[in-house]
Amino acid sequence: MVTLRVNGEDRQADVPPDMPLLWVLRDVIGLTGTKFGCGIAQCGACTVHIDGQPIRSCQMPVSAVGNRAVTTIEAIGLTPEGAKVQQAWLAVDVVQCGYCQSGQIMSAAALLARTPNPTDRDIDTAMAGNICRCGTYVRIREAIKQAATGQPQGLQVVVDGSAA
Amino acid sequence: MKTRTPPGAEVDSGRRAAMKLAGGGLAVAFLWTAGLGPAVAQMNPRRQPTDEAAAAADGNPPFAPNAFIRIDADGSVRLVMPSAEMGQAIYTGISMMLAEELGVGLDQIKVEHSIPSDALYGIALLGGGQITGGSTSTRGQWQSLREAGAVAREMLIAAAAAQWHVDPASCSVSRATITHVPSGRTLGFGAVAEAAGKLPQPAKVTLKDPKDFTVIGKPLRRVDSPDKVNGGTQFGIDVKVPGMKYAAVRTSPELAGTLGSVDDTKARAMAGVVDVIKLDNAVAVVGEHYWAAYRGLEALDIEWRHGVNEHLDTATLIAALQESSRNGPALIGRKPKGEAAAGGKAVEMTFVTPMLAHAPMEPLNATVHVTPGKCEIWTGTQVPTRAQKEAARICGIPLEAVTVNNQYLGGGFGRRLETDQVEQAVAFAKQVSYPLKVIWSREEDIRHDRVRPLYFDRISATLGDDGKPTSWKHRITSGTVLGRWLPAAMGKDGMDSDAIESAADLPYDMDNVLVEWVRHEMPPGLVVGWWRGVGPTHNLFIVESFIDHLAQTAGKDPLAYRRSLMKAGSRPLGVLNLAAEKIGWGSQPLPARVGRGIAVASPFGSHVCAIVEVEVTAQGEVRLRRAVVAVDVGIAINPSSVQAQVQGGLLFGLSAALFNGITLKDGMIEQSNFHNYRSLRINETPAIEVFTVNSSESPGGLGEVGTAIAAPALANAIFAATSVRLTELPVTRTSLAASAEALKHVADNGTGKGDVA
Repeated sequence: MVTLRVNGEDRQADVPPDMPLLWVLRDVIGLTGTKFGCGIAQCGACTVHIDGQPIRSCQMPVSAVGNRAVTTIEAIGLTPEGAKVQQAWLAVDVVQCGYCQSGQIMSAAALLARTPNPTDRDIDTAMAGNICRCGTYVRIREAIKQAATGQPQGLQVVVDGSAA
Repeated sequence: MKTRTPPGAEVDSGRRAAMKLAGGGLAVAFLWTAGLGPAVAQMNPRRQPTDEAAAAADGNPPFAPNAFIRIDADGSVRLVMPSAEMGQAIYTGISMMLAEELGVGLDQIKVEHSIPSDALYGIALLGGGQITGGSTSTRGQWQSLREAGAVAREMLIAAAAAQWHVDPASCSVSRATITHVPSGRTLGFGAVAEAAGKLPQPAKVTLKDPKDFTVIGKPLRRVDSPDKVNGGTQFGIDVKVPGMKYAAVRTSPELAGTLGSVDDTKARAMAGVVDVIKLDNAVAVVGEHYWAAYRGLEALDIEWRHGVNEHLDTATLIAALQESSRNGPALIGRKPKGEAAAGGKAVEMTFVTPMLAHAPMEPLNATVHVTPGKCEIWTGTQVPTRAQKEAARICGIPLEAVTVNNQYLGGGFGRRLETDQVEQAVAFAKQVSYPLKVIWSREEDIRHDRVRPLYFDRISATLGDDGKPTSWKHRITSGTVLGRWLPAAMGKDGMDSDAIESAADLPYDMDNVLVEWVRHEMPPGLVVGWWRGVGPTHNLFIVESFIDHLAQTAGKDPLAYRRSLMKAGSRPLGVLNLAAEKIGWGSQPLPARVGRGIAVASPFGSHVCAIVEVEVTAQGEVRLRRAVVAVDVGIAINPSSVQAQVQGGLLFGLSAALFNGITLKDGMIEQSNFHNYRSLRINETPAIEVFTVNSSESPGGLGEVGTAIAAPALANAIFAATSVRLTELPVTRTSLAASAEALKHVADNGTGKGDVA
């Protein structure tokens, strides 16, 4: 039995110690926002934060987490950077299929937490581990800059059809 | 095959059956209605007898005027999506078409997945099946869905007018509210829903004049965005069913090989392993969670049996294609008009383009519960009715006994036009009593993809004194996707219209054009499938590379040469000129080993020109610097979606052209995951500017347009930078190095061709 601190709550799981955090989150705790994409830390879809650091949960044995805080996409909006990133993601409408976006947002929030005003190179470096097969990269760059600066970048979408 | 929408067009239920389908004036296309005859059903904007099941599935709302719109007593507006959402923003586009005529804002609606039904949700352009593919969803539903919205609106107005005892013509609708204009009285949709549901359906409705659009044409936020940024969206892989177990599966790595013996002693002893189940060609371990299943699978000792492909490799396949290309028989896709002038300069090239895997981010999966006489499926599919039909066949039960709960798709790209993985999940689930979630690992996903076909092309032309082609011959040789997937849509002569799309219908004004296709049967087990951009993605690489080569041979500028071959005022010329202007073609010299490449075409009923700028390092590494794309998609329903689809589609095509090729050795696919089947990353992504031509034409297709135009623009840019003309994909860095010395520094880039120095 392991005890994990996930999104501010203690969760107990009766799982083997080598079971990756990804599958504990998804199949045991029931938090399916964190995604399985490759299983070999190549795609970044499974990115979560451990004590604020982005890690690939498909490669992290649950026993290695210890008492550190796990934050997933379901709760990243409660952090200032996470909230800014999610708002910017909506303002430029980054998502397409959306499957990789949990991981993208987790990587972006971690970037802004350590580098509040990232350069293009900072963004490319921090986000290079997250694959998007739909090719949303151009808008990801715009959204990260918008989240950092508060200034509109790229095409801003609107919500209300009639008022548009 | 061209439909313009006249302003304020009145449409009645009788006339619409005779209306032509929106296609954008294609000579040949991914449109199969012609091959299937006149009996193809069309979506109906009015209520049908078969609507009952759909309305019941949606809780029998008081107002369900057709298969697309549900209005509840509390005024909630629910829109039922005939197509599948896989990232292309079709749920948003469909909602906009319905909402425009219905009179609601996108912030006022909720979207729902549809039940499987060809009768209600079939796409006439694809032979009447409920299929999301071929970039047909918008052009195929543009008329029906706006009309469906208008039918609902007229009934809601009629109910309100009756309550007020006023003339319906004195009422207007906006934001889910009906207003009696003279008195200013208002009623919400919920207040009249029940009364409206009892009214007869209008025989005629009037569609809005495009100048009055308040929804269509606006850059509206996708309806699925909010849940996709907080982890809330449920994809197929996220489905939770009470009592569900998880299965990890391995299928014979040798294509068409079979399962021999399995020693599962170790696996069955592992904690969390529930069961080990088998099919003729695959084995699955069932666990309490996926990790237990996966570990159990790894612990199996499996003996596979060889099949017919034991010695199959890529070189053998290519040689066989070349042999077929030489010997035929060739079917004619386009015949030359008249005789070519004698003489001239002969130019010929041959091309090999590789097999490709789809690798959608969400690995293939399906959750299936088989109970006596019934089967329930949860999966994300582009073909829900095909999934239903296959499950019924495998279980030996009637179609109605199979429930398909479609989900959001974590990418499709054509892979989820296949049901192989759903069929396998049903066959496994049939052996157990509990609901079973079968997940393919990424390795299974790539090794058992239904790949984009391998192609061999021979293309030639004769150039006159002015450098223009006086004759053009193109022979395509490949397996056929359409011939397996929908044989009824093949031409009477056996022609595959997909194989020649964008090869036979060129944007260039030439008469003496011969386009042929040779059908080559691939070995059993090597199944070819639809891959984003389908026929045009392959053909445009050949055609636009060759046009570039002809320009070079003629000593002309690639832009000027294309212009000289295009009709004045044509839509493809419009996008060519726009893209050239925006990138500043020829305005200033480029640095050494930097080049720009053009590609222009009219695939999927739209028109597109991409200009890509690359730098090729001395070591042969291609760096994407910039891309400008001009598109003419007719009426741009959502300019934000247009931009996103063009950007994303282009990157999907560039990624494949740079890195990807599926290769075979000993009958097995050699690639297995993103380390050796690379995908473009953000640090490799250029700035991409998208420009749209303003147009009042009916919408064309969009989802595959950017992908189809990518490879030739890239290859032509590489030529401009290096003078190396690519005749094979993916890009081989070794061929682009500046010198033998520089080659020593070329590292493994993880391409599918083992391009390692």
